[in-house]
Amino acid sequence: MKTATPGVATGAERREKESLEPALEKGGERRSAFTTISGRPIDRLYTRESLAGWDPSRDLADPGQFPYTRGIHPSGYRGKLWTMRQFSGFGTPEETNLRYKHLLAAGGTGLSVAFDLPTLMGRDPDHELSLGEVGKCGVSIASLADMETLFQGISLADITTSMTINSPASMLFAMYLVVAEQQGADWRKISGTIQNDILKEFIAQKEYIYPPRPSMRLITDVFGFCADHVPKWNTISVSGYHIREAGATALQELAFTLRDGVEYVQFGVDAGMDVDQFVPRISFFFNAHSDFFEELAKYRAARKIWAHVMRDRFGAKDERSWKLRFHTQTAGVSLTAQQPYNNVVRTALQALSAVLGGTQSLHTNSLDEALALPTAEAATLALRTQQIIALESGVTNAVDPLGGSFFVEKLTLDMEEGALDYFETIDRMGGMVAAIENGFPQREIADSAYRFQQAVERKEKLIVGVNEFVEAEDRGVPTLYIDEAAAGRQIDRLRVLRRDRDNGRVRRALDDLKRAAEGTTNTMIPLIEATRAYATVGEMCDALREVWGEYEERPVI
Amino acid sequence: MSKIRVVIAKPGLDGHDRGAKVIARALRDAGMEVIYTGLRQTPLQIVSAAIQEDADVIGLSILSGAHNHICPEVMRLLKEKGLNDVLVVVGGIIPDLDVARLAEVGIDGVFRPGTPMQEIIEYISSHARSRTETV
Repeated sequence: MKTATPGVATGAERREKESLEPALEKGGERRSAFTTISGRPIDRLYTRESLAGWDPSRDLADPGQFPYTRGIHPSGYRGKLWTMRQFSGFGTPEETNLRYKHLLAAGGTGLSVAFDLPTLMGRDPDHELSLGEVGKCGVSIASLADMETLFQGISLADITTSMTINSPASMLFAMYLVVAEQQGADWRKISGTIQNDILKEFIAQKEYIYPPRPSMRLITDVFGFCADHVPKWNTISVSGYHIREAGATALQELAFTLRDGVEYVQFGVDAGMDVDQFVPRISFFFNAHSDFFEELAKYRAARKIWAHVMRDRFGAKDERSWKLRFHTQTAGVSLTAQQPYNNVVRTALQALSAVLGGTQSLHTNSLDEALALPTAEAATLALRTQQIIALESGVTNAVDPLGGSFFVEKLTLDMEEGALDYFETIDRMGGMVAAIENGFPQREIADSAYRFQQAVERKEKLIVGVNEFVEAEDRGVPTLYIDEAAAGRQIDRLRVLRRDRDNGRVRRALDDLKRAAEGTTNTMIPLIEATRAYATVGEMCDALREVWGEYEERPVI
Repeated sequence: MSKIRVVIAKPGLDGHDRGAKVIARALRDAGMEVIYTGLRQTPLQIVSAAIQEDADVIGLSILSGAHNHICPEVMRLLKEKGLNDVLVVVGGIIPDLDVARLAEVGIDGVFRPGTPMQEIIEYISSHARSRTETV
């Protein structure tokens, strides 16, 4: 590196004197400070001098090479495009089954199941807490019978399915496996993902049932079961998405998500597994927010950090353990109810950052999602947005086309450094479970959320249609309206199921499940038997509630 | 005048509490007394909290679509307990069709995504029951 010699102007100093100062005299800048949406200051110009200490062979390397900053595939999207996976589900299994067939016919290449809140919280549709929630935010799945309907006419051997389910992940996964088996699909060949990420529930989305430690047991049981029986299944999708939606900055999203990943690996190792046996099936899930370059840097830094952590901290030998694979969803929280068509543009830009960041799969939000669940038309337009990026924009022709940009590389380095600082703090607290028990990430996120809202109120951050270019007239868009009929149908169906099934077999299976929870038998085994007996999600979750109790958080404002 | 007392509640099964927490802080910074109930409160628990805290205002944060069940029930319980002058406001994802329904049960303050905090603060300040210091 060159060092500045007294009396000799550096490039930066010369530039300031010769071109910048005269330009600033003619007209000042629009703001006194420029920051990302996360509040990170951004310099006026990035040059070679911004990258002091940066070594391209160490920090960048070729695509497909450790530490994978430029992507995990040597040929990027020239070989295979990302999976266009649109998250979807509402009402009854029949209604959602039709939407899936529509999305697949429109060129979607994978399914992604959105469950309703009772399912996510392990409650049956007729439970008192389910009142008003059945089929509202997603599809209601109460038992194997509903799962059979959901995938009626869709071959599980030929598609991959992602299921956004956390506390009851094992139960819904068991149902998926039994449906696959009924269809004649081989468990060793099918693939897909369960989110199964409880730590971010405690941190951000708050869909937890059991206390942290037994919740971690369910997850390591899935790791072990899949290593033996469903080797291509992604056992967990360690998620930053919800952390970001809850108000975290890009850096906090990155740091907390990867540190969650470290926690899962540590628990797996502590449960007696070899890292290379289960880590290759761990995947990640990030948000694509509105600050284009900050997001891009986040994805690149994530790959680099994970590669180092897996190789250096855990001693993984298998390259697949080093490679961070991730799904991305555009930022729901950035969508506005005002001037909803603007959301199409926001989503397109966010999706582009995810693609340039090398995502393996992508969900683009629909323009009407600040108002309701999407209509079929809005969901199709969201999918078309991805297809236009993939087929028309040309950004898929070269691998990591922004690699080597002074700005992008500097942001990537800073993201890495900031995340490692958070790692140190959390390690000092005794790990992520302990940090959560202390309320640390929850507080950090709540503070960031409030700071951002204040910045919007003060117009330091501008949102078109919300605090700038506001229109008095609300033009509105057609929205999907989910009535209460789904709840009635699901409750009736449950009544028939409970009457017609072999209730003795259900009881025995649930007793076995409780015994497994008290002991060390892998919980997936009794859960699959309970599923085959048509035990409901609520019954299976209640059996474990009896053994492990329920978690209650102390709210942090 | 004493401070306006607000109970911020998250009813239903949903855990997305960003909005509830941000508004709780904003109201507190605007000089109100704010009590946040935490997650998964039933209508009865919310109304009980309002009685216990002598609240002037209940703010419900609902993003899951369960508002058509929860809001009328909260209003019914308030009437039953004789708390007719407690102002109830709702924040969340509420379809157009339901804004009118909520008005029918007596909830006019419905704030959807993107509403400036200042607008909510002003609405509450001008609609909450007036209190005079009683010593």
